[in-house]
Amino acid sequence: MNLLLNGVRPVEILLVDDDAGTSELTMEALSEGRVRNRVHWVENGEEALEFLRREGRFADAPRPDLVLLDVNMPRKNGLEVLAEMKDDPSWRRIPVVIMTSSTKEEHVRAAYDRHANCYVNKPVEVDKFKDVIGTIEDFWLGLVRYLAA
Amino acid sequence: MLLTDPVAVRASEGGNRMPAAPAGSLVEILLVEDSPDHADLMIEALNEGTLRIKINLVENGADAVAYLRRQDAFAGATLPDLILLDLGLPRMNGHEVLAEIKGDEHLRRIPIVILTGSLNEEDFVRAYDLQANCCVAKPQDLEEFTRAVQMIERFWRTVPRRS
Repeated sequence: MNLLLNGVRPVEILLVDDDAGTSELTMEALSEGRVRNRVHWVENGEEALEFLRREGRFADAPRPDLVLLDVNMPRKNGLEVLAEMKDDPSWRRIPVVIMTSSTKEEHVRAAYDRHANCYVNKPVEVDKFKDVIGTIEDFWLGLVRYLAA
Repeated sequence: MLLTDPVAVRASEGGNRMPAAPAGSLVEILLVEDSPDHADLMIEALNEGTLRIKINLVENGADAVAYLRRQDAFAGATLPDLILLDLGLPRMNGHEVLAEIKGDEHLRRIPIVILTGSLNEEDFVRAYDLQANCCVAKPQDLEEFTRAVQMIERFWRTVPRRS
């Protein structure tokens, strides 16, 4: 189903989240999954864009196949990163999953207005959080068709 | 045509006039698929999930757009929570439907999953360029096809719905 899952290379995931606790949980859950993946973690929106542009310490960064993006972050929030990604022809085909604890309808609308591929609420409870990550992995890594570049 | 929940109704048969269920209790899916076999399989797979789902089926692209704009026979339609869209459709193909929906400020926030038998990379590139939320290739194998539809259902169950 997925071109990347034929063993050629792992799925490259860019995780953008300023919360170390939830980021570690996310990486742990993804490492337990069935789909081979490599997670690159950055802690704010500016770093996410530097990663995408391969600037500075990210000179050797791969192009991510999927971006997991928090909303409330320092130095450029998730919605700003999303808008820049979806305005750029070279990045806009990279699926962006917004992952946030916000359940505000206005945030959901703002994310879809900026062409988020989907919006997922982070549960507070650890087990439920890991379930959600597992579901994201099954769907976005196991089923969705990515593009080669 | 009115069935007990979970329900699947052919939108053109007036199923769209069903009263809306209380918020949060029913997920509405617009299925745009011209192959009756694929549509039946998808409806069956979706109904095996744990969600209460109402599926409205339209069989061509022009009807999909008319449904979403509540035109003519679809005047009583409710906006779906999710659209499953085939690409190879008569009377307006999937890419054209996608462009219409994502270009319409009242409709563009509805998530659209492209589910297609196409193996042409260019079809996927165009779909992502037109802001498809994601693209899934229809597996040839029957069991894998059912599993793919169920994975779609399971994932989108975690996504908050518009109010």
